[in-house]
Amino acid sequence: MSGDLTLTSVTKSFGRFTAVDDLYLTIPEGSFFALLGPSGCGKTTTLRMVAGLEEPTAGTITLGEQDITRLKPYKRPVNTVFQSYALFPHLTIAQNVAFGRRRQGHKNVDSEVEKMLELVELQAMAKRRPAQLSGGQQQRVALARALINQPQVLLLDEPLGALDLKLRRQMQIELKRIQTEVGLTFVHVTHDQEEAMTMADTVAVMNGGRIEQLGAPEELYEAPATTFVANFLGQSNLVAGKVVGRDGSVIHLDVEGTAITAGSARARSDEGDVWVGVRPEKVYISEKDEERGDELNCLVGGVVSDVSFVGVSTQYLVRMPWGQELTVFEQNTGNRERFRPGDPVDLLWRPEHTFLLDASQDAAAGVDREGE
Amino acid sequence: MSGARDLPAAPVDKALPGHSDEDTRRRGPAGYLLMLPGGLWLALFFVVPTVTLVSTSLYDPSGSLALGYQMTGHWQNYTQSLSDYSPQIVRSFLYALMATAACVLLGFPLAYAIAFKAGRWKYVMLVAVIAPFFTSFLVRTLAWQYLLGDNEFLVSMLRKVHILGSDGYLLDTPFAVVTGLTYGFLPFMVLPLYASLEKIDPRLLEAGADLYASPLSVFRHVTLPLAMPGLVAGTLLTFIPASGDYINAELLGNPRTRMVGNEIQDLFGAGDYPTAAALSVTLMVAIVVLVLVYVRRAGTEELL
Repeated sequence: MSGDLTLTSVTKSFGRFTAVDDLYLTIPEGSFFALLGPSGCGKTTTLRMVAGLEEPTAGTITLGEQDITRLKPYKRPVNTVFQSYALFPHLTIAQNVAFGRRRQGHKNVDSEVEKMLELVELQAMAKRRPAQLSGGQQQRVALARALINQPQVLLLDEPLGALDLKLRRQMQIELKRIQTEVGLTFVHVTHDQEEAMTMADTVAVMNGGRIEQLGAPEELYEAPATTFVANFLGQSNLVAGKVVGRDGSVIHLDVEGTAITAGSARARSDEGDVWVGVRPEKVYISEKDEERGDELNCLVGGVVSDVSFVGVSTQYLVRMPWGQELTVFEQNTGNRERFRPGDPVDLLWRPEHTFLLDASQDAAAGVDREGE
Repeated sequence: MSGARDLPAAPVDKALPGHSDEDTRRRGPAGYLLMLPGGLWLALFFVVPTVTLVSTSLYDPSGSLALGYQMTGHWQNYTQSLSDYSPQIVRSFLYALMATAACVLLGFPLAYAIAFKAGRWKYVMLVAVIAPFFTSFLVRTLAWQYLLGDNEFLVSMLRKVHILGSDGYLLDTPFAVVTGLTYGFLPFMVLPLYASLEKIDPRLLEAGADLYASPLSVFRHVTLPLAMPGLVAGTLLTFIPASGDYINAELLGNPRTRMVGNEIQDLFGAGDYPTAAALSVTLMVAIVVLVLVYVRRAGTEELL
């Protein structure tokens, strides 16, 4: 499409530290794209290169047909909502919003400003100064100040990071609504995986200056490509296993002496040693030796080691015979009693919920998430 | 590291200007007690001398130090001193204005460089700005006498490149006086400017660039307005003492570069206290009026 944002082989080094490493990325026009990763993964640097605030060491950035790699920031049809908002403290809210339009030489911007403030529901604040507004209001001013310029790409650098949880959820919905309404390309940088999944059409998970995986949120979540994605996006149980055979699209595995199966659709690796993964909420925790269907994967002999009640669900830690602790989330439907620590249990899940990853990776990659 | 960009975010839900805090602080005698030492000092060394000065300015000038003065409400002291010394008053303000302008031109880039570009040299540069204070003002001005001297390096070099004629000179000229004033008060310009500039979040400059402002436009619409308090403070700290200065004109000037400070000093020396006092009061009032007008125009009343 004409307005796609394309990064080709983009690298950025600060001295000997490579923040962004040979990055290829195409962000389709009009999409809500999230760059997700822990701090230091290069996502903010990538954003700043698109904004023109940082110059790539190598590679090119194009917007539609135009090469913007070395274009000055003030000449790019790109605007940023900064992490700390960076509102001009000496200007009123209306003047802040009008700033970009005025610098572009537009004279009568009052009605545009008014319309923008209406969009973010801050008409009443037009004459105030940024310091007189709450964090959430400042965030909306920053958004209006960028949006009024109708940039081809709007960059959002952790725009909700400074807000409390409740306000953040509210703003997520608000941002998504505005994006749908104005139809601009949004590139959203965040370390909050829930935020990325709620808002974006496409999520790119970044780690160590590279993209680990890119796709729709469901795709990333259900079929992670690496242990990093499996752990950073939600939680995963990763158990060492071995592929013992294949039967069409069914892969047969051996996990600590138990035979289980997996679908080939979610298999990133289908021979030799693998990490056998399953999401905690996909696992059904059952009483020891309870009746079950043959088609389910089953790991027996577990003992409940920890139970935490978190309202909507209960999170169990189950110690398996080989010593590993697996996590199980169960909805608090109230249909049965909760297990207690020490109860003997079996774990069951559907074969198609299994994903297989290359065993050469670190199973703990991406586990320590910041800010949670 | 790119992670360093993930800096602590903006204050969240900053409390609106509250009352409770200030109310508790205002109550009780603690505030008055804290103001007492400073207040006494001010009364003793500012209010009393000012009253004395103003009353002296109204004494009968026919008296003398030896015989004593009579308080006659002789306001003609003012008209007399104004008509006698208006060239010096005008010259004082002109020189002070030129020195202030020069201080802005020299000091702004310097303060900007220290605040934004100096990196780890920041504090070294700040110390370098303050370092001249370790020597007395008088000695530093005397050093300028030497630097600008007819047979010294600067003048001979300027003669060689024909900027000065073969018998041209620098010392004892208005240029020397303004140069001396500029030098003497430059730190008073740089320090408040630096304090203002240093407080500017560099991300505001990035936001400006992101919002279609060229570097020049960012300076005009973001940097300069935010540096305004420092600029106003700096110009006041430079202009006010420069207007009353007499050492530079004394040591670096000639009889035609005399400033009002020189005349006041001479009048006191000659024992003409009433005229000297009238001239002092005139200078003071003129400065206060100028400063008020200036601060109003600059829109930085909160400084006063």
